[in-house]
Amino acid sequence: MTLVFSTTSAGALVVKGSLPWTPNAGDPPTAVLPGPWVYFIPEEGAAIEALVDRLIPPDPQTPGGKDAGCAVFIDRQLAGSYGSAEGLYMRGPFANGTPQQGDQSPLTPAVRYRQALAALDKYCRATFAGKSFAQLPDDQKDKVISGLEEGSATLDGADGKMFFAQLLTNTREGFFADPVYGGNRDMVAWKMIGFPGARYDYRDWVDRHNERYPLPPVGFAGRPGWVRQGP
Amino acid sequence: MTRKLPATDVVIIGLGWTGSILAHELTGAGLNVVAIERGPWRDTATDFPPAFAQDELRYHIRHDLFLRPAQQTMTFRNNVNQTALPIRAWQGFMPGNGVGGGGLHWNAQTWRFNPTDFQLKTHLTQRYGSKFLPENMTIQDWGVTYDEIEPYYDKFEYLCGTSGKAGNLNGQKQAGGNPFEGPRSREYPTPPQRQPYAAVLFAQAAKELGYFPFPQPSGNLSQAYTNPLGVTLGACTFCGFCEWFGCGNYSKASPQTTILPALIRQPNFEARTNCEVVRINLDKSGKRATGVTYIDTSDQEWEQPADLVLLCAFQLFNVQLLLTSGIGKPYNPSRNEGVIGRNYSYQVTSNVDAFFDDKNFNPFISSGSIGMCIDEFNGDNFDHGPHGFVGGGYMGAVQTGGRPILTTRTPPGTPAWGAQWKKAVADNYLSSYETMVHASSYSYRDVYCDLDPTYTDRLGRKLMRITFDFHENELKMSQYLTDRLAEVVQKMGPRQIVKLPRTGPYTSTQYQTTHTCGGAVMGTDRSISAVNRYLQSWDVPNLFVMGATAFPQNAGYNPTDTVCALAYWAADAIVNQYLKNPGPLVQT
Ligand SMILES: Cc1cc2nc3c(=O)[nH]c(=O)nc-3n(C[C@H](O)[C@H](O)[C@H](O)COP(=O)(O)OP(=O)(O)OC[C@H]3O[C@@H](n4cnc5c(N)ncnc54)[C@H](O)[C@@H]3O)c2cc1C
Ligand code: SF4
Repeated sequence: MTLVFSTTSAGALVVKGSLPWTPNAGDPPTAVLPGPWVYFIPEEGAAIEALVDRLIPPDPQTPGGKDAGCAVFIDRQLAGSYGSAEGLYMRGPFANGTPQQGDQSPLTPAVRYRQALAALDKYCRATFAGKSFAQLPDDQKDKVISGLEEGSATLDGADGKMFFAQLLTNTREGFFADPVYGGNRDMVAWKMIGFPGARYDYRDWVDRHNERYPLPPVGFAGRPGWVRQGP
Repeated sequence: MTRKLPATDVVIIGLGWTGSILAHELTGAGLNVVAIERGPWRDTATDFPPAFAQDELRYHIRHDLFLRPAQQTMTFRNNVNQTALPIRAWQGFMPGNGVGGGGLHWNAQTWRFNPTDFQLKTHLTQRYGSKFLPENMTIQDWGVTYDEIEPYYDKFEYLCGTSGKAGNLNGQKQAGGNPFEGPRSREYPTPPQRQPYAAVLFAQAAKELGYFPFPQPSGNLSQAYTNPLGVTLGACTFCGFCEWFGCGNYSKASPQTTILPALIRQPNFEARTNCEVVRINLDKSGKRATGVTYIDTSDQEWEQPADLVLLCAFQLFNVQLLLTSGIGKPYNPSRNEGVIGRNYSYQVTSNVDAFFDDKNFNPFISSGSIGMCIDEFNGDNFDHGPHGFVGGGYMGAVQTGGRPILTTRTPPGTPAWGAQWKKAVADNYLSSYETMVHASSYSYRDVYCDLDPTYTDRLGRKLMRITFDFHENELKMSQYLTDRLAEVVQKMGPRQIVKLPRTGPYTSTQYQTTHTCGGAVMGTDRSISAVNRYLQSWDVPNLFVMGATAFPQNAGYNPTDTVCALAYWAADAIVNQYLKNPGPLVQT
């Protein structure tokens, strides 16, 4: 499961005389398949679904983070190269720096999620009479999230503020990325804002000023009306 | 054990923009050229066809085409009193990797510098007096003039097919172009790109304020073009997935779309990919390069002997390789001595965001170099006397796409999540717009690169350390320029604008540009330059160092037109002077 990393793994090559073509050498993304969690354990999955659905709540026009697939997106990302911090500089010594020096944590994203979700669970159960985050009513969920965002809810064994920032970033990524990665199901986020998706040619439209672009979005796999139904 | 290969005439380190240009010019002169490139071979049909090139997550968010920091990174601190820490994930700038280098995933905004930019120190001192410059500022002249490199700008633009409108043809001002630019010897190869709505509105507003707006010079071509090498580019389709992405249409000028198809047919050219040069080797005298040592993907070490070594690895890695190979005297800021790592500079960008009620901009209809700009506040195009700073930049409506993960602009005060955020994103995506200032970054005594004392790469070599912060001069400039831009944007009739001038301290966590400059600058005085006016190393005359590495400070424009003009200028000097009499081209 790599999901997005690809082109660096090839071996050394001598190129001489002609361009190095190989038939069908393209490297399209691997589609995320629906199904059970790959990285999360069920309790973590339930908490993430509840979290993403408050970060991006459902409304009458557009589903929320959960139905859009943001939790599935995050699960698959954590199981892949993103989760293991593949390609990042992860040598020590690890020291805390200034905000201008950027993230210096030795923990991979997958481990950060695991630790933060365990800590969040402990926090919620201690604060709300044994209830997990997913079991809280919406207004209490929102209070917990605000607490993480502002740094007022202190988690035991995890940096709540940092977790909030990472979760929000990943949730937005899942909501707006191509549906092939498991979020933005049926391109709901693109329809919400009017983004036509993976199109590539707007020559007929560049000087049609102040007009709404009329065509619906498409993803790498086309759109629902294009796909054959049945066996 | 290192295996030694048969010698070649020329070895090129890095096959990006400058490496491709040099390889083409020198194979054309009959030399045997071997280019060694750290990353993979990359091409349009195999690596970024329009079937999946437009993938914001893969290319922009997860950096698929870029260097992995695990392979090579730098450490960073704002000033000498701090301990530098490694850049563990790219955020502030994005080093390229693989054939094409940054030329593969650049925007292709193709600007020339102003004539006065090349004689900056002399010009500013003459106009304002030497006391006007901040005490620690170390700007200097380039040792080359605009007129000298004009033919080479022209050559690069005709290689690329750059789309634009001249503002000055042989001294004659041209309506519709940039009236402040230096004289061009001929018109752009192709006409300007057509402009989307926001750019046209910006130009109208700028005109009403008495400015002279013009289309941004673009390497996203307005029409098909066949260059002098016989390579053809197609018309840009405004796909909006341009910078950080490869172009699936063959319409963005890159080594792939302008040089490589011709270069690869040269029987005296060979490229080795996924091979990283780890050092430039010197003979016992330390005054002659004998070639390079590189490793392949199985960590096998190879020695490639060569008569001529061309360092084309991008500014950051050029400086790093000079430091690691012990070429030239490393800069020491407290003693103010040495040249390698000296005069590192960057870029100072800022923004004005605008929110409208009655407009639909379709921001996804865009290209990497689209937009309308004004140049009234660049370089020394205006009187700095009353303002107490030097420098400037161009500004304009240059939003290069509407890719949704990163284009969720909301009015100030909107929460970062929840129902209000969601509604604000939906309401403002099509009707808001980001304008921008692209301004200069001058050099200072306390801004430099050296080797880090603590952190090492996977081979145990010291990482390069960057010590950089903005200075008061640049922050004042950014405030002034952003205010001027805001006046134009206000005239476009928005409901609300948000001014975002650059503020300190510099942070390595916010992307501005990948226009890192300096560190082995060109000049006429050996004590304050690492290479002469032909980009030839003062210390090792059979080594030439390309790239923005040579910029003594950065101007208020994107660097690559100048980087590549200098590459052609150096190639010309190598072919017509150096080969006839190998040795220093400038005597000291
Ligand atoms: C996202 C982005 C947008 C940009 N937009 C613009 C723009 O609009 N306008 C503009 O003027 N400029 C722009 N630039 C900058 C532009 O890409 C560079 O100025 C230009 O590519 C520099 O050319 P170069 O030959 O010096 O380096 P590159 O083109 O980067 O080539 C350097 C090559 O050397 C290789 N290399 C490095 N180290 C080694 C080693 N040790 N061994 C072997 N190979 C090595 C690298 O892998 C790379 O392929 C942009 C850059 C980025 C990243
Ligand atoms: S905007 Fe134009 S030049 Fe840029 S990638 Fe798209 S089609 Fe190519």
